[in-house]
Amino acid sequence: MTDIHPLSLHVPEPAVRPGGQPDFSTVKIAKAGSVPRPPVDVAPEEIRDLAYSIIRVLNRDGEAVGPWAGLLSDEELLAGLRNMMKLRAFDARMLMAQRQGKTSFYMQHLGEEAVSCAFRKALAKGDMNFPTYRQAGLLIADDYPMVEMMNQIYSNEADPLRGRQLPIMYSSKEHGFFTISGNLATQYVQAVGWAMASAIRNDTKIAAAWIGDGSTAESDFHSALVFASTYKAPVILNIVNNQWAISTFQGIARGGSGTFAARGLGFGIPALRVDGNDYLAVYAVARWAAERARQNLGPTLIEYVTYRVGAHSTSDDPSAYRPKTESEAWPLGDPVLRLKKHLIVRGVWSEERHAQSEAEILDEVIQAQKEAESHGTLHAGGKPSVRDIFEGVYAEMPAHIRRQRQKAGY
Amino acid sequence: MARMTMIEAVRSAMDVSMGRDDNVVVFGEDVGYFGGVFRCTQGLQAKYGKTRCFDAPINESGILGTAIGMAAYGLKPCIEIQFADYMYPAYDQITQEAARIRYRSNGDFTCPIVVRMPTGGGIFGGQTHSQSPEALFTHVCGLKVIVPSNPYDAKGLLIAAIEDPDPVMFLEPKRLYNGPFDGHHERPVTPWSKHDLGEVPDGHYTIPIGKAEVRRPGEAVTVIAYGTMVHVALAAAEETGIDAEVIDLRSLLPLDLDTIVQSVKKTGRCVVVHEATLTSGFGGEVAALVQEHCFYNLEAPVVRVTGWDTPYPHAQEWDYFPGPARVGRALKEVMEG
Repeated sequence: MTDIHPLSLHVPEPAVRPGGQPDFSTVKIAKAGSVPRPPVDVAPEEIRDLAYSIIRVLNRDGEAVGPWAGLLSDEELLAGLRNMMKLRAFDARMLMAQRQGKTSFYMQHLGEEAVSCAFRKALAKGDMNFPTYRQAGLLIADDYPMVEMMNQIYSNEADPLRGRQLPIMYSSKEHGFFTISGNLATQYVQAVGWAMASAIRNDTKIAAAWIGDGSTAESDFHSALVFASTYKAPVILNIVNNQWAISTFQGIARGGSGTFAARGLGFGIPALRVDGNDYLAVYAVARWAAERARQNLGPTLIEYVTYRVGAHSTSDDPSAYRPKTESEAWPLGDPVLRLKKHLIVRGVWSEERHAQSEAEILDEVIQAQKEAESHGTLHAGGKPSVRDIFEGVYAEMPAHIRRQRQKAGY
Repeated sequence: MARMTMIEAVRSAMDVSMGRDDNVVVFGEDVGYFGGVFRCTQGLQAKYGKTRCFDAPINESGILGTAIGMAAYGLKPCIEIQFADYMYPAYDQITQEAARIRYRSNGDFTCPIVVRMPTGGGIFGGQTHSQSPEALFTHVCGLKVIVPSNPYDAKGLLIAAIEDPDPVMFLEPKRLYNGPFDGHHERPVTPWSKHDLGEVPDGHYTIPIGKAEVRRPGEAVTVIAYGTMVHVALAAAEETGIDAEVIDLRSLLPLDLDTIVQSVKKTGRCVVVHEATLTSGFGGEVAALVQEHCFYNLEAPVVRVTGWDTPYPHAQEWDYFPGPARVGRALKEVMEG
């Protein structure tokens, strides 16, 4: 018989806290171009190692290398760079607008722009995303008007959501962007249902589910994988691992699993891990998964390894829980700078053109902002009617809500 | 016109709806090949194929979540939660998602789903197969909540629910599946085949959501009930000889306030009956509305007869279940008040 000792509870801790030296030496990063590209009809059990590696295309010299390279034209890459720059400029202006009191709340994408901007390009018209609050690149890259986004952020008189939703919780069926809840993980399983519906109706459309590293701990994540696996739903299950869930490091949600992608293996779902700051790699992997879904081969789980450079939201202060210099130490670099460098290496871009483009984009964002602000901001100018509180709870307003609306004076 | 049990009526409603509209799909635990633990979906998979009627994993939040996604696509899912007591894992999807998708997206997306669930006690189901959670749904804006009391209504209301553009919680009193149970558990139950409301048309018809029905006209007191308690209230009226007007709400949200107010203004007395626990139960809402709209017509305080504020017991089922004796005592009390 072995000796019996008192038990002790294991509570994971990040490697470094504020005041310490950022350390990402434990993050194993595969060399760009080194991970093979299997055929889309590969048996999931044959590519289990892809759940533990990192698919990368852009190397340190800015070259696109390996089997996942070569899918995008110069024009497509230039458009990708432009979309990421636009999202970054949009974020900067809206962050400032929030600080100026023009809205209550904002969430930025800094450092994660490649994930949603590149992913959108792998989908077709009619496909549906079920996003979280950090995938506005899906809208930007699909040319959804920035002014509409700002109207929503300002909850002004032109807000397409009539002032009912928190800023940045956009909705656009036309642009394949399901209404953001603000509740976590619920959308993940809804995406699976949407994909099942497309298969039930013998349609050709596919769905994409989005979740952050922290919310993979929710039971709806597990539910989504069960249903996707059982019915082989044509859905791409995206996990954006930006290392931090507000103040909680990814180890709390991940637990003893080596990676988030590895969560898919027990379900028999092919799981790939990709450099989320590499526009070309994100696009290549998303396209691989989209092809699988469209060929009725079922779901794919993708973990995008990235880093949340900014705060979780305007209500958050990361300096309280992680070293201030951590983002600079992040080994996968900045997605905008990496694509910019690649385009310069390709000979289709230059520092001058980049600076000029930055100025043009800023001008475009400012123009949109001026237009949006002409319709009001949260506390000034035009705003949705009090009537809008009562409308749209049901298709037809029931008597009790009508009585309450009348009581409110409308 | 056929004679149907409530199980057959519910099944017929789904059959008719699936036949008329390819977008109607039915799924849930055990509902596919087997046809559900109460057999409500029996034969639907054989008739419409396994992509229209299928088994789901034991995962209620997944059943709701996928149904919501299907509805966003354009389907009309009519899903089964095996017992209302099992809906709690799905409550987040029901309250924060299904109920709010139209509102938060300003109609860009909608959620036309029906969530069927057997509800209530009377079958020795203990605390996990006897609950009546309707008030947890009526408190959620954006939902509609229906509790039918007979086969004719069950079919007409279920078809209306499937055709409704918003999410509907459809609670089927399981003790009524085979007959109009009036609480006299010691007596054999009359089958629906011997009851007028067991006569159900084979084809398509609807009953409007939000309309109550007076089951027994009377002058002395208004009894407001739904589901199984309608039959208990009718028995109590007969047995006490009190000329009660029994209202079957049928739909709790939206509520037919006009029928309630009209009746209470006439009788001046009101008893509200439900199986669910008392505190913060739906009877509290009804009582508040009655005093708000009928205060100067009331001759006595509104009385509630409900399940006790305890979990639903097993062996003591008939001391928990508000049967005709308890309702009868309340009728006498309110007449003396």
